[in-house]
Amino acid sequence: MIVAEQKPLPEIRRMISPYERVLILGCGTCMTVCDAGGEREVSFLHNALRVAQSKGGNEAHHFLESTLKRQCEPEFLEMLVDKVGEVDVILSLGCGIGVQAIAERFPDTPVLPGVNTSFMGISSEQGVWDERCAACGDCRLEDTAGICPVTRCTKGILNGPCAGTKNGKCEANKDMDCAWVLIYKRLERLGQLEKMRRYYPMRNFRAIPRPKRLVRTPVALGEDDG
Amino acid sequence: MANALFEEKLHSDEFLVTTEIGPPKGVDVSEMIHHIDILKDKVDAINVTDHQSSVMRFPSLGGCLLVKECGGEPILQMTCRDRNRLALQADLLLAYSRSIVNVLCLTGDSIDVGDHKEAKPVFDSDSVQLLKMIRTLESGKDVSGNDLKGVPKFCLGASVHPEADLIEPQLIKFEKKVAAGAQFFQTQGIFDLASLRRFMQYASQFDIKILAGIIVLASARMAKYMNDNVPGIIVPEAIIDELASVEKGKGLQKGIEIAAKLIRTIKEENLSHGIHIMAVGNESVVPDILEAAEVEVARH
Ligand code: SF4
Repeated sequence: MIVAEQKPLPEIRRMISPYERVLILGCGTCMTVCDAGGEREVSFLHNALRVAQSKGGNEAHHFLESTLKRQCEPEFLEMLVDKVGEVDVILSLGCGIGVQAIAERFPDTPVLPGVNTSFMGISSEQGVWDERCAACGDCRLEDTAGICPVTRCTKGILNGPCAGTKNGKCEANKDMDCAWVLIYKRLERLGQLEKMRRYYPMRNFRAIPRPKRLVRTPVALGEDDG
Repeated sequence: MANALFEEKLHSDEFLVTTEIGPPKGVDVSEMIHHIDILKDKVDAINVTDHQSSVMRFPSLGGCLLVKECGGEPILQMTCRDRNRLALQADLLLAYSRSIVNVLCLTGDSIDVGDHKEAKPVFDSDSVQLLKMIRTLESGKDVSGNDLKGVPKFCLGASVHPEADLIEPQLIKFEKKVAAGAQFFQTQGIFDLASLRRFMQYASQFDIKILAGIIVLASARMAKYMNDNVPGIIVPEAIIDELASVEKGKGLQKGIEIAAKLIRTIKEENLSHGIHIMAVGNESVVPDILEAAEVEVARH
């Protein structure tokens, strides 16, 4: 899933300061799971902004709350049409995709990002998320025992560990596992070390040119089905 | 410096001696030139480091030009951290055009250990891919397959870490570097001769030269700092204690002794094809170390 972190309150207050009527808009999917922008966070943020406003400051905002199932899908955005007409700005707690989907759907209403979209990852323990996929468009997990060196090695290198790895950790951060030690150990366990001995050429950074676009083509079928 | 090119010496039976110079942060190159002057006749070649530890400095290519100007034999350290494939190839063309032909191919330290931590890490390639890239240029093509006007020829080196706590993946990578065209290796700093001996037994099956890395330590504090902060360095406790045992101000002298003793043993017991001295800021003591170790480079 997509993982994000809510922006600091002072930054959010600065962003909304020119606007009177603010729609705080949550997202029911990834942002809910990573506790950055679901229904609960929308209501917390709403409260925090109200308290901050009452404690001083000469702004007088009027807040509205709402949470869509997914901000990144047009059909859900349609449900917003009436509300958007009532506000001066949308403060989106969706990921960067949600924010941009809103910008595209509502050309006359400013939209502000309430979170910093960070990465695609998983939750390894309560309250901790780790990046797992860089969406490079050229998946090589077959060769690396299901552990991504592009994402999990700080250098994203493809031909094995650098000399900086120590105690299984990365030279860039002693709390972070060295991706190549993980890959080596798992390949060894699977009896597939020959995959590590292979030479991997430089990556094709235009595997999907930026900004990336995917046009669905039929999934390859077996020859007989073809 | 002896006249023969470093590459020719690689084919001889000589005990090879290289050292390295870290360029200054700034434009005052007088100290670097001084170091080149006192070292160029005492060693077979001088590496110039490439923003070592990811700290921004005068460039390695510029340092190599100065080594050339002073009549020395440079080894261009080249990392993949700061330049994409266009920039790396372009610098290699420039290097060759100025007769800088020895290249040490490194992935490069992580941006996180340096002094520009917010910079974009490039790593468009890694050390193995860089070796291949250079061999491709030698075939008259760039890495996209376009023809080159004039074809370069390089002598390629790489690094290896015989004391790594998990050696197998390092050896897998080492073999990839050999296959990609590395002719010589300068190892990470060696302190434990048993691991060097083991590594050499294994490495003797390959047609390459190994130069054992010797780090000159100036104090126990420096050794501990390096253990904690410099990627690929493991200074054993015994050496730290030895450095800590001397009175204040005598640390570097002790470091010289330790280095000289390591070199003498390596040479006497034939534990490598040569040495690579890393004096990290104390370049001017390298001649003293060589003298104490009774190592002299052959003249041709
Ligand atoms: S220590 Fe491991 S994860 Fe870190 S940069 Fe080196 S190879 Fe990558």
